[in-house]
Amino acid sequence: MSDEQDVITDIETPIYLKYNFTAGLAPSRFLTQLKNGKLTGQRRAEPDAPVYVPPRGSCPASGMPTDEEVEVSDKATVQSFTIVHIPIPNNPIQPPFVVANLVADGANISFIHLMSECVNEEVRIGQRVQAVWKPEEEWDYAMDNIRYFKPIDEPDVAVDMIGKLPVTGLEE
Amino acid sequence: MSQPDLLKQPFELGFTYTRSTGPVVGRFLTGLRNREIIGNRASDGRVIVPPMEYDPVTADALDEFVPVSDEGVIVSWAWVSEPREAHPMEKPFAWAMIRLKGADVPMIHCVAAPEESAVSTGARVKARWVDEPRGYITDIACFELMGDAS
Repeated sequence: MSDEQDVITDIETPIYLKYNFTAGLAPSRFLTQLKNGKLTGQRRAEPDAPVYVPPRGSCPASGMPTDEEVEVSDKATVQSFTIVHIPIPNNPIQPPFVVANLVADGANISFIHLMSECVNEEVRIGQRVQAVWKPEEEWDYAMDNIRYFKPIDEPDVAVDMIGKLPVTGLEE
Repeated sequence: MSQPDLLKQPFELGFTYTRSTGPVVGRFLTGLRNREIIGNRASDGRVIVPPMEYDPVTADALDEFVPVSDEGVIVSWAWVSEPREAHPMEKPFAWAMIRLKGADVPMIHCVAAPEESAVSTGARVKARWVDEPRGYITDIACFELMGDAS
């Protein structure tokens, strides 16, 4: 028998939603290139059209298909960031850690990724970073082929230039 | 730009909620952990199972808890011929409103039966408890037909 101290006060009631996720043509293309160690975006086949990374297949401004593929750099600029202090259930990453919106050189919109090998308190908008990749034999159709981005020794980018840098560093 | 193979992958989104039971549902669940079914008495004298926090007529808080039997009769039922993953049983079963002995209001639970024709309104059923009750409604694995339906 239970006494008063034993009275149940809360119960676990998890809900699980199971999906079969289909990436779609443009993200499939992006992920296939990522498996080859390349970051690619797409744009409308027009001069000066913006480059979207990762691509969704259409230009959000015009609705036109983005049928030109563009390889971008794995160097990027911090557009915004947050320092996470609260642990997330089932997430192996221990807080505090930095999540940032990063714009790759050659791209015009940001994607979200982790930053590491950095001093959290010194992370700032405009900071230059570069991808740290997993070993090639571990590459899959996944953004976590890039473990994280780390700061590099380059001058900060002015706020009004973030997202407007040309692609560089693809000379290999 | 060549067309890639479409990538597909199973994906599970989970919400790992913990819910507060409140004192009344907490009492009911505590009872289940002890293999007891507990209701409470409303202002009109009816025994309600599972217990309600507030009286359905006067809205007063209800605090007279009453143990009821784990045997009862089927008041109404629906046969599930193709159970889905979230259902409590893997083989066909019945959802049933069961009025437990000592209660005035039926409670919903599942009834194990070999086939649909074995289930009937008025049939007597008894709870089958799991081996290790933890304070969940699933501590009652199911109700089973008592084989002497009136």
